[in-house]
Amino acid sequence: MFKHFFNLQWKSFFRSASFKTNLAIKIVMGFGVLYFMTAFLMLGVGVYFIIEDAKIGDPLDVVNKYLVYLFAADLFIRYMMQKMPVTNIKPLLYLPFKKGQVVNYSLGKTAVSFFNWSYTFFFLPFSIVLLTKGYDPLGVITWLLGMFALIYCNNFINVMANNKDSFFYPIVAIFFGLAVCHYYGVFDITEYTASLYGSLYSMPWTVIIPWVVLVALYFSAYAYFKKNMYLDAGLQTKQSVAKSEDLSFLDRFGHMGTFLKNDIKLIKRNKRSKTAVMMSFLFLFYGLLFGSGAIEIYDGPIWQIFGGIFVSGGFLFTFGQFVPSWDSAYYQLMMSQNIKYKDYITSKWYLIVIATVISTILASFYLFFGINAYLAIVVGAIYNIGVNSHLVLWGGAYIKMPIDLTSNKKAFGDKQAFNMKTMLLSLPKLGLPVIVFALGYYFVGPITGYILVAAAGILGFAFRNIVFEKIEKIYKKEKYKTINAYKQKA
Amino acid sequence: MIHTQNLTKTYGTATVLNIENLEIPKGQCFGLVGNNGAGKTTFFSLLLDLIQPSTGQIINNGIQVNTSEDWKPFTSAFIDESFLIGYLTPEEYFYFIGELRGQNKADVDALIGGFKDFFHDEILNQKKYLRDLSKGNQKKAGIVASFIGNPEVVILDEPFANLDPTTQIRLKEIIKNLARVNNTTVLVSSHDLSHVTEVCERIVVLNKGEVVKDIKTSAATLKELEVFFGGGDFPETKEAVLEEEE
Repeated sequence: MFKHFFNLQWKSFFRSASFKTNLAIKIVMGFGVLYFMTAFLMLGVGVYFIIEDAKIGDPLDVVNKYLVYLFAADLFIRYMMQKMPVTNIKPLLYLPFKKGQVVNYSLGKTAVSFFNWSYTFFFLPFSIVLLTKGYDPLGVITWLLGMFALIYCNNFINVMANNKDSFFYPIVAIFFGLAVCHYYGVFDITEYTASLYGSLYSMPWTVIIPWVVLVALYFSAYAYFKKNMYLDAGLQTKQSVAKSEDLSFLDRFGHMGTFLKNDIKLIKRNKRSKTAVMMSFLFLFYGLLFGSGAIEIYDGPIWQIFGGIFVSGGFLFTFGQFVPSWDSAYYQLMMSQNIKYKDYITSKWYLIVIATVISTILASFYLFFGINAYLAIVVGAIYNIGVNSHLVLWGGAYIKMPIDLTSNKKAFGDKQAFNMKTMLLSLPKLGLPVIVFALGYYFVGPITGYILVAAAGILGFAFRNIVFEKIEKIYKKEKYKTINAYKQKA
Repeated sequence: MIHTQNLTKTYGTATVLNIENLEIPKGQCFGLVGNNGAGKTTFFSLLLDLIQPSTGQIINNGIQVNTSEDWKPFTSAFIDESFLIGYLTPEEYFYFIGELRGQNKADVDALIGGFKDFFHDEILNQKKYLRDLSKGNQKKAGIVASFIGNPEVVILDEPFANLDPTTQIRLKEIIKNLARVNNTTVLVSSHDLSHVTEVCERIVVLNKGEVVKDIKTSAATLKELEVFFGGGDFPETKEAVLEEEE
């Protein structure tokens, strides 16, 4: 029985569309995985000494203190990204397998996911360092076992909580609130949790507790799944109640308004586009790494403008890049309708501009770090609107990657999003403003640098029509190839 | 209305469509039948400029389809689900198409009001997005959307598939009226011989990309088609057919 499952899994892996990419991408992906593994490994080995040097207490205690946030973040990332095992179950239902076997197989599949074993690269070396530093071996081992149990607890919690937004978002809000309280010294949850994690070391027998919880979670996940293994229960594709909304105030923009209305619905009603917006929200905080001393190289003045571009450009990078792929599911319809490409592109452009402006306003909390920090963001926003918005739309015309709006799969990069033309177009997006700023900064002064970048943005604005015409030509030229590419479901 | 001249479509060495000359006059209800891979969808895709012809051209109302886009305002189609926007409700979808075709909300409301029976209370005001409707209901919405904006040419690929019997019967009436009353040119493809013979005044049979029969529908047509497809005088039956469709 297991042989069949294994065989299916093997084939689904090696025959998947993403596996059949070219060698170069595979190597890049390999390096990516290797990078994360090394980073975890180095952190695992190094964290002890870093904490020791910083003299903020016993390394194990400090790690225990922040573990609660690690597990919360882990749950968050899993919820956003980890794929649920319900896919591919349907064809197994009619076959002579026992239901229990199918459930065990599906749950087992989640257990070997990257989200679980990657932590080994952190916890294992850290534990070894603890042992060499003379910590009690039994305590360290029970602590490590406890950590594994908790990671797997998260795994099964996620399985059960999957797609329950009403359950998930309050929890996110609670943890966010706790973190804020901690930061401002109102209430420190870590004081309570740290001792819980600490007891895994100081009282080895307590390791039983997380394992008992894990076993309990496994069985409840098992029961939950088994109960829901019907087409009209757990295997049903989620349907949401449709809400019509009145966006008729956009009617005054003519055809462009029609597209704008549609784009707003597109963003609001699809999982994939919602994730893109959420990601662009996170970009807002990217600037915190700059000038705060968090990463040394980022403290150079040149890098401030680099950060400024990112802070306001989140939406531009996460959404704009993939125009027109957002409409891939019904591209044939669009192409057989009486559509002015220019209206179509302009509507997407306005979306990007509106989002950039909103990001810039939201980013006003950077004023707290000084007027210069916010100036870099405002200048970055001007450059984003004037130059980058055109460049992403231009680059997007070459990306022929169908987007499945209803799933988050591949939300974080795809083979076809990665090609030479888009790479080349991304250089002026980030490189050019940095160079322009550097010229102004080193020859005259920071203000001149800002003025130059802003001027480049305004200048880019003047080329809008030319760029739009160019994009229109690409759309027309690539039409048949694009239709064909969008027909290949990922 | 539609002139097809020396039209071929080749993939590699395989020719999937080869039509020397085909004229479809205005107001005709035109049926296209053929087995899987006969080239029906290929022909419709060429008509909509979704793929490029290898040679030849289609001229729709004086406009060469693959060089100008001016045929778009008076031509509409429903080929498959890729013509639907899944995250819209049916109403929103109709209004969207309407706006693209220069119809205001009232125009669209008036049109879809006429299809109340056809929808059978399963499309409008359902609080469901198109992606959550059943296949048959999706098809109903798509077909009706193709009638928005008084198109002169309507292209429907397999409109009867997936529909329930009641809806099939109603759809036949709708298509007949479209040609008779509005003088619309309707192009329909189907695997159901009895449906097309009932609806269409002219039936063209495609086999392996070529026109093998061009019949003016009469009482004897259904029998003739059944004999043809039943293998009587079906040329080169048992050979592999190009699986281009689906």
